[in-house]
Amino acid sequence: MRRIYLDNNATTPVLPEVLEAMRPYFAQRFGNASSIHHHGQEARGAIESARESVAALLGCQASEIIFTSGGTEGDNLAIAGLVRTGDHAITSSIEHHAVLHPCQHLRELGCELTILPVDGRSRVDPDDVRRALRPNTKLISIMMANNETGVLQPVEEIAKIAAEAGICFHTDAVQAAGKVPVDVEKIGCHSLTISGHKIHAPQGIGALYVRKGTQIHPLLRGGQHERSLRAGTENVPGIVGLGKAAALAKAGLDRGDDKKMAAMRDRLQQGILARVEETGVNGDDVPRVPNTANIHFDHIEGESLVIALDLKGLAVSAGAACSSGAIEPSHVLVAMGLRGDRAHASIRFSLGKQTTDEEIDLTLALVPETVARLRELSPSYKKQAVSQ
Amino acid sequence: MPKDTFSWGAALHAPREGALNKGVRLGVKLVIRSRKLSTETIAVAMSGGVDSSTVAAMLRAEGHDVVGLTMQLWNQRRLAGREGMPEQVTGRCCSLDDVYDARRVARQIGIPYYVVNHEERFEREVVRPFVEEYLSGRTPIPCSLCNNHLKFDQLLTVARQIGAERVATGHYARVAYDEARGRWLLRRPADLSKDQTYFLFGLTQEQLSRTLFPLGNMTKPEVRELAHHHGLAIAEKPDSQEICFVPGGDYKRFIDAYLAEQGESLPDTAGELVTTGGEVIGEHAGIHNFTVGQRKGLGVATGSPLYVIQISGAQKQVVVGSEENLYSKSLRAKRVNLISGEDLRRPMRVSVKIRHRHEPAPAVIEKIASADTGAGEILVTFDDPQRAITPGQAAVFYDGDVVVGGGWIT
Repeated sequence: MRRIYLDNNATTPVLPEVLEAMRPYFAQRFGNASSIHHHGQEARGAIESARESVAALLGCQASEIIFTSGGTEGDNLAIAGLVRTGDHAITSSIEHHAVLHPCQHLRELGCELTILPVDGRSRVDPDDVRRALRPNTKLISIMMANNETGVLQPVEEIAKIAAEAGICFHTDAVQAAGKVPVDVEKIGCHSLTISGHKIHAPQGIGALYVRKGTQIHPLLRGGQHERSLRAGTENVPGIVGLGKAAALAKAGLDRGDDKKMAAMRDRLQQGILARVEETGVNGDDVPRVPNTANIHFDHIEGESLVIALDLKGLAVSAGAACSSGAIEPSHVLVAMGLRGDRAHASIRFSLGKQTTDEEIDLTLALVPETVARLRELSPSYKKQAVSQ
Repeated sequence: MPKDTFSWGAALHAPREGALNKGVRLGVKLVIRSRKLSTETIAVAMSGGVDSSTVAAMLRAEGHDVVGLTMQLWNQRRLAGREGMPEQVTGRCCSLDDVYDARRVARQIGIPYYVVNHEERFEREVVRPFVEEYLSGRTPIPCSLCNNHLKFDQLLTVARQIGAERVATGHYARVAYDEARGRWLLRRPADLSKDQTYFLFGLTQEQLSRTLFPLGNMTKPEVRELAHHHGLAIAEKPDSQEICFVPGGDYKRFIDAYLAEQGESLPDTAGELVTTGGEVIGEHAGIHNFTVGQRKGLGVATGSPLYVIQISGAQKQVVVGSEENLYSKSLRAKRVNLISGEDLRRPMRVSVKIRHRHEPAPAVIEKIASADTGAGEILVTFDDPQRAITPGQAAVFYDGDVVVGGGWIT
């Protein structure tokens, strides 16, 4: 069966160049970067080049990059490594659980927490951030791009508010990095999280930018690695992969690949809206990352559509997978105020660097016929057809 | 060599000594049966247990396109650690361990597998009614509600949506089309000790026409043997007995914890303990603590053993009496589903099962009009008095091994 993968916000395939770059660092150049001998130096050199490459993607100093095990660890370190008992933190209702859950845990540990609402297009209002400030506010954490809708948040304005108040601003840029230019100076954040496997590096590697002078405490103790902010022998192959992927992402953005990606996504989105009635884009008409289209198909269950499409070879996603693998309605769509049935009827299409025009064509053929079959079995669709 | 024979043969790799002959015998049976089926897509309701796993492996070996589906019905962690509830999640249904087992089987036999979320509906159609039935003094059977409202309703819908016209389950029962009557019949399985038709009496003709019970002609030991042949790691997994969402089977604690979670207080159903003669002999803390036939925990001491004979929800009374008082010759069943197409215009001789572990007893059934609603009810009159006929349980009528239908005991 021909398989098409349009779930790149979940994870991306490792690019061949990335895999090639990593390959020597498993068996051949296997050293521990902390060792003083040749093997250690070889590993150390690879890590530091990768650090420079990641720093170049984010527009910061190499010394401001901390390698982590991924986005979740980066978010936890940025939040739990900074906020202390008695402090107040501000975040939003549409953050990834990697931000929301550590924030909620801090509340249990005696911190204050404000979770800001979003508008109907999943945007945080900077004025809400300003109004939420308290004398003891220590941190604002608002994501750069939402994983479900792809909608970009007004992070620069929020960073200004944080700067005026003299507090830290963290942004989870896991879904933004590589898709749109991410410049920590331009944003004005104190810390920023990225994840390797969302930008065609392997799973299990990520990085946290921490602005020089920001007081962060480590979560993992046990060595002097990563400027004592993240103990543990470095994942050298992963770091090398992330470095290569960051370099490829930067080159792609410099070439304008993001505009090509947006054109492909728009063709998919408009094609679906034109071919299937009673659909709509969640988070339309506001700036979005170029690869994401979240579309509601009224009268059907997104869960069934995802399964039906998967059985025909198209991989997309709906909502959030709970621990068993069952799908729960996305907290993001619920927070946007989407009607319950629409939150259940929404599908996320997310493109990757490997996505081709032909795959978009095939998707545009497959989705309408599958939706039509599901709607034939939908009581609410039938009822409506009868009443018309 | 026909495809189905070949695929079955391929599944017989390296069987244990002695198991081979049996496997071949089973294999022949399967080949015969599989000829009746086309190679269509079949959804298998997988629980992670040995029965449904074996069904999936069998159908796969017969060459069907099989899709495994597990219904996520209840989040076991929801009530874990609440007052009186275990800290650790040990319940069987929808536990992560079971999903893990089902997924592992699916991977091993090479079929796509999905977990579908029906928690909201399960709570609305099964858990809520379960709690309310107990609070009204009845003893509910959630498995029947689940079969009617979830497994053979929602799951059939999901199956059709994803391109599978038929759903196979690991129930021990048989379903077949009867040309003479022009109806789909539900029949008891070959292994009567595992008979699950009691929980399936609510199935409609449409549901039966799209349902497969591949274990209907097999015994449990044969199923385990077959699971071994397919190399399924769950072959020796113990059977689940308890109500899936009630850990440890303690329904009273479950009701307390559920209502507390919902922010509702337990309604006050405390009242009097009375004898069959109407004499008040004590008080009780709430009718949901009792079930007909119960002997322990009545809170009164008398010379002879006392049993719960009847629970009156309206008067909050628990009627107690001697063991003889437990026996009665008749019952009324409401919300009756008739499967075999009998119109019951005249009384019919059948045997009737009044709880899961009850040997069907000879009886006559006839239609009557309900006094309060005028709707059709069935009057069951047994040849011999039956022990502890319990409102809220089902009465299922059998003509030989054919399920005539069933209803809820009033």
